[in-house]
Amino acid sequence: MLNKTIAAISTAQGAGGIGVIRISGDDAISIADRVFKGINKKPLSEYDGYKAGFGYIYDDDEKLDEAVALVFRAPHSYTGENVVELSCHGGIYITKIVLRAVLNSGAVPAEPGEFTKRAFLNGKIDLTESEAVMGIISAKGQAAARAALCCKEGNLRAKLDKIASSLIDTAAHISAWVDFPEEDVPEVEESVLIESFNNALTELNGLIKSYDSGKAVTQGINTVIVGKPNVGKSTLMNLLSGCERSIVTDIPGTTRDIIEETVTLGNVILRLSDTAGLRETDNAVEKIGVEKTRERLERCGLVIAVFDGSIPLETDDIKLLEKIKYLPAIAVINKSDLGNSLDVDKIKKYVPNIVEISAKEGIGLTLLTENVEKLCGTENFNPSDPILANERQLFKVKDSVSALQECIDALNTGFGLDAVSVALNDAIDSLLEITGKKAAESVVDAVFENFCVGK
Amino acid sequence: MGYNAGKYDVAVIGAGHAGIEAGLASARLGCKTAVFTINMDAVGNCPCNPSIGGTAKGHLVREIDALGGEMGKTADECFLQMRMLNRGKGPAVHSLRAQIDRRKYASTMKHKLEMQENLDLRQAEIISINQSESGDWLVETRMNAVFTCKTVIIATGTFLGGKIYVGEVSYESGPDGIFPASFLGESIRELGIETRRFKTGTPARVLKSSIDFSELDVQPGDEPPVPFSYDTKSLGENKVVCHISYTNEQTKDVILKNIHRSPLYAGKIEGIGPRYCPSIEDKIMRFADKPRHQLFIEPCGIDTEEMYIQGMSSSLPEEVQLEFYHTIKGLENALIMRSAYAIEYDCIDPLQLDATLEFTDYPGLYGAGQFNGSSGYEEAAAQGLIAGINAALRVKGKEPFVLDRASSYIGTLIDDLVTKGVADPYRMMTSRSEYRLILRQDNADTRLTPLGRKIGLISDSRWESFNVKQQQKKAEYKRLKKTVIAPSEELNKILVSRETSEVTTGIRLIDLIKRPQLDYESLKSIDITRPNLDPNIFEQVEIEVKYEGYIKRQEAQIEQMRRLESKSLPKNTDYSTISGLRLEAQEKLNKIKPHNIGQASRISGVSPADISVLVIWLSQLKNKG
Repeated sequence: MLNKTIAAISTAQGAGGIGVIRISGDDAISIADRVFKGINKKPLSEYDGYKAGFGYIYDDDEKLDEAVALVFRAPHSYTGENVVELSCHGGIYITKIVLRAVLNSGAVPAEPGEFTKRAFLNGKIDLTESEAVMGIISAKGQAAARAALCCKEGNLRAKLDKIASSLIDTAAHISAWVDFPEEDVPEVEESVLIESFNNALTELNGLIKSYDSGKAVTQGINTVIVGKPNVGKSTLMNLLSGCERSIVTDIPGTTRDIIEETVTLGNVILRLSDTAGLRETDNAVEKIGVEKTRERLERCGLVIAVFDGSIPLETDDIKLLEKIKYLPAIAVINKSDLGNSLDVDKIKKYVPNIVEISAKEGIGLTLLTENVEKLCGTENFNPSDPILANERQLFKVKDSVSALQECIDALNTGFGLDAVSVALNDAIDSLLEITGKKAAESVVDAVFENFCVGK
Repeated sequence: MGYNAGKYDVAVIGAGHAGIEAGLASARLGCKTAVFTINMDAVGNCPCNPSIGGTAKGHLVREIDALGGEMGKTADECFLQMRMLNRGKGPAVHSLRAQIDRRKYASTMKHKLEMQENLDLRQAEIISINQSESGDWLVETRMNAVFTCKTVIIATGTFLGGKIYVGEVSYESGPDGIFPASFLGESIRELGIETRRFKTGTPARVLKSSIDFSELDVQPGDEPPVPFSYDTKSLGENKVVCHISYTNEQTKDVILKNIHRSPLYAGKIEGIGPRYCPSIEDKIMRFADKPRHQLFIEPCGIDTEEMYIQGMSSSLPEEVQLEFYHTIKGLENALIMRSAYAIEYDCIDPLQLDATLEFTDYPGLYGAGQFNGSSGYEEAAAQGLIAGINAALRVKGKEPFVLDRASSYIGTLIDDLVTKGVADPYRMMTSRSEYRLILRQDNADTRLTPLGRKIGLISDSRWESFNVKQQQKKAEYKRLKKTVIAPSEELNKILVSRETSEVTTGIRLIDLIKRPQLDYESLKSIDITRPNLDPNIFEQVEIEVKYEGYIKRQEAQIEQMRRLESKSLPKNTDYSTISGLRLEAQEKLNKIKPHNIGQASRISGVSPADISVLVIWLSQLKNKG
């Protein structure tokens, strides 16, 4: 099944100092030998594992780039297979033509995540680890890398184990009391149960909450920049992204499409959508843009509403504020360099977070950063706290929460302990599934560990 | 060597609780069956507590009965006291337990074996089993009789290599002073089957007239007593009471002072004892800060003065036993008729078995009961029944009979044994079943009697009354849905007294029953159209109405589990050739040889990652196929 040798660009696509093309599979080394000629004339097939050589990449006779080739021999590699990593110059063009040369020499393009999948199938990493690696791959920004590593090192596992083991103790108490009714096992007090469930709920809800800030750090947060035409949205976006992407003119309605850009602001990654200005319009093309903006608003995680500080609020501004008053939003008052004729207090009634900037002059960025971090809950974000790595883990934790909620409901509505204990088992199973254990045996073990029961 | 003594379809070695059910099942299915017992007076013996059932075990007894087994009926016939345990903790964990007359139980069972068509009950110590070239099993007795048998069920209990320990004294023996099976263990090992040593223990039996009951709490039975068997119509009254007493600081002092004389603590016993059944010295050592331990004084029968001291098993020397039993209130002057002892015996690692209880590598050879690493009369009987059924089905060339975890506690018990293995003698517990809201003792017949009928263990008359009952159940459920109760002063009085909200409009009966505060009993006076039915029908209907939401959820889980069970793994798979499986998983899978992905997922040491690999591998196999 794993006999095909795969290759892919394994550094982020785009401008960068170095680009790495990774080749993995039985034939990785011989394929690399077909494209890489070392200056020492020694073929890579004669290299030991963990050895590097310097040389040139060729596609047939054409010299493409200079490169360092790093050889890993199975099973001592990331995937557990033979691996060669070619480090050449960065940039989309160079990495692409080098990859093409590798593919021409017998490799097949890797599917997304296939290196990790092979590592997983070859037993190099377990399920939680492989998910953390996925996290690392897609993580942008240093905080993200650290948080993902933290899971890899078992921080998340430790936290989940702790919550699970306290629930297992509770389940064991119920089980001992139920299965050994004639032993003097202390009666299971309802208040103790509720307390145990609530403690776990608090911890788990904390994890769910931190997932959003964790996500803001690791995956970025969908952010929509809105505002009337020509209040400076595109200028703000360009300021944030550091280069000019949107067309900036003084003619209202120039930005017709939604433009996306990923930027790092403080410790938060914002996936920015610059939008067409929101206003009632008869222009058909502009209307589409306005419609798209509305859709985006409904799904975003953060709204940056831009207002022109040099002119008073207009009906369109109020309409916009109405739309965003229940969304996580920051009001940015732009053109603060052009004087202040805006009713800021009125905006405050809709959006409490207000930042004055001059996008053109680059003033107010720090304040904006602070506000964004605060709103995304990342201002105190500690990358070494355990955070859930992905949606699957989040899903399981949410399952556990709803099962615990059911335990409490069962108690409150007067159902027997049997119903409670079954829901509790589900809650434990959901948590253990993240780390790959099973509830039933853990509970039975805990019964005999903690209780003196038997004939 | 040996003389040719005849042929059997099924030979059962041992006539304890496992051997009895195995022998009766195979004989009833038309197989010529021999049941060998080492002592004709030890058939159906209860060498430990004089009771049948208890938490989770009561479920097993009901399930055995629902499939056409014998334990429940005989327990009903010999009952002294019936108690439904765990009332008030939810219907899923209600469990029936009977105090029984142990001599009567044994003689009743023996008589049933003697009367059973196709079954020969024989006293003989089996010393060897060997497979002939033709595949038949040759079963040899101490008297050199050799029986040629198509299948063999080993149900040797604690007799196989049995050794008794009391303090510094130890000797080879089976339970209750009966001689052990000293040769068979070696013969089994020679076949290539691995055995191990487990141990268990029993408390002292004390003369009733030497006990002062005057200050002990009484534990009476339920009135009216409820039977185990769906066949038993009525039981009559409870005949005895039990008593409760406690250990104290003095008991603890005596035991601690002498702990070095315990063969377990002195390191003489290598066998692993059951965690759930610790001796009193174990309890005191492991739970040192517990001031007292509860114990029950239970009568062993109607025509005997022997009393069983539950909770006080021990392997300390006899004189130490005497000293610490005398520290206990009521037992100050107790005369010990039989001393407490520990017994060590040979058993197997059940991972060597399939879910049919047949040895994976030895076609036609089955194991049941303590020999498989379990503990308890009920666990043994359940396995005996399944082994007996499967041996018979094999003889008849029919498909084997396997109960999955979602069907029953029996299925859960066997799946645990053959998939997860055991580290100490296995006892059934309600918490071992993830489907316990569905696997209740009240509905064992609904779950299993149709299967028992299909196998051929349910008589026509039983089947007919089962079907009548199911129809009545359906009709009653329908009636609850249809019947609307008008608001009335009387109804609201009931609702208020039960602390649930009053009604101002008509309400369906089913919606009243759904309320946790209400039940059939409380609604009796306003439910004027209620038919006169078997109380068990009301019980089942009420639980199913009340727990509907939970039951639906468990049914969904069962469906998911059965989907995984349906992904079959090829029988001869060599898991060490599947790359991606971790070494531990390869070893476990090769040892257990699971039949499907579901079973594989329950093996400890096989991670979800390994299961993903298996699933990928299986799908590739299919694509190639």
